[in-house]
Amino acid sequence: MKSNFFNISLICAFILIIGAFPTKSFSQENKSETAEKKFDPKETIMEHIADKHEWHLIGKAYIPLPVILYTDKGFEMFSSDKLQPAGTVYKGTYYNYLLLNNKIKVVDAAGNLDKVANKRVIDFSITQNVACMWMTGLLLIIVFLSISSTYKKRVGKAPKGLQSFLEPLILFIRDDVALPNIGVKYERYMPLLLTIFFFILINNLFGMIPFFPGGYNLTGNIAVTLTLAVIILLVVNLNAKKNYWKHIFVPNPWWLFPIMIPVEIVSIFSKPIALMIRLFANITAGHIIVLSLISLIFIFNSIWASFVSVPFTVFIDTIELLVAFLQAYIFTMLSSLFIGMAIEEHHDHEEVI
Amino acid sequence: MTGGYGPIGAGLAAIGAGIGIGQIGGKAVEAIARQPEAISKIQTNMIIAAALVEGVALFAVVVALL
Repeated sequence: MKSNFFNISLICAFILIIGAFPTKSFSQENKSETAEKKFDPKETIMEHIADKHEWHLIGKAYIPLPVILYTDKGFEMFSSDKLQPAGTVYKGTYYNYLLLNNKIKVVDAAGNLDKVANKRVIDFSITQNVACMWMTGLLLIIVFLSISSTYKKRVGKAPKGLQSFLEPLILFIRDDVALPNIGVKYERYMPLLLTIFFFILINNLFGMIPFFPGGYNLTGNIAVTLTLAVIILLVVNLNAKKNYWKHIFVPNPWWLFPIMIPVEIVSIFSKPIALMIRLFANITAGHIIVLSLISLIFIFNSIWASFVSVPFTVFIDTIELLVAFLQAYIFTMLSSLFIGMAIEEHHDHEEVI
Repeated sequence: MTGGYGPIGAGLAAIGAGIGIGQIGGKAVEAIARQPEAISKIQTNMIIAAALVEGVALFAVVVALL
């Protein structure tokens, strides 16, 4: 009863918050856009999967996010709302700024790009992806702190509530991913594997929601997957045992030295790169497919196209639900496989001889 | 149309991945039919192999479309 009330009040608060943000009038905006140019699916899709300086909620409603720039003269901070509508030049403390293709560019007073100054400005803005990552991160922290406190309180009892919802997943990672691939020393890597699994899973799932809490493309952003891959690269190589390095630098017949050592060194880096590309390409491809199917309606410019595209979108979305889970699983599985390969200690017969 | 041969490359990559994943899935189903009790091990290995094939295909697609 209490939790029901909490849920309802949460939903009400949520609706109120959405209503409070600036919404531009729909009809006006749409008319001027269609008059200006024909619908270009490629541009629309790329705009949707790219990172933005505003947090888009639903329709045209958005929250402006802070822009933080590191220029050669010092830090500069302002709201991204100052760069809206498109084409507005904002006069900052040190330079003038313009939003071009969702990137902040330095321009001179006349509005021309200043190429020299652009190279000196580093963008540290809180973009949509950063804000959404913080939101999901906070959500994960709240959920897992509450679960761990329940575990401490209810030692030896059956799981309850949220705990029983997530326990199968945690046990799945422990028993089916970490234990068979890493072996007896799996406990040391469980926090890493669980964090990576749930981080990817929640961001994949939130990315599939087309409006407010989702509507972003975090795991389909190559910078994010690159960071995850670099973490795996460091963990694998810093924990690697003698056997792993021996495998790389001491190939069995000695005359294979010139071929094997470069190949093995490439393979150190190619594994995390494959992880990076796999997650990025899968999620981005999923978003592109869904957006292309929706774009069909606007390409044919008729409502009848929706009879084809909507069922297909639902179908692809269902597959994407599977992919969201599968990619999180595969990322975790392959990371634990690499860790397991790096830390295993062989006792070969050849060594004895 | 202004694009080059990128989409053709992406299509070829899709053919390759289709053959590869089809082989893996088919063999896995055969193996499961022969030994139903080994289903969980076969599935895990099947998913890993499929992920590796898919990874190569996605490499190709990304390179073809960029």
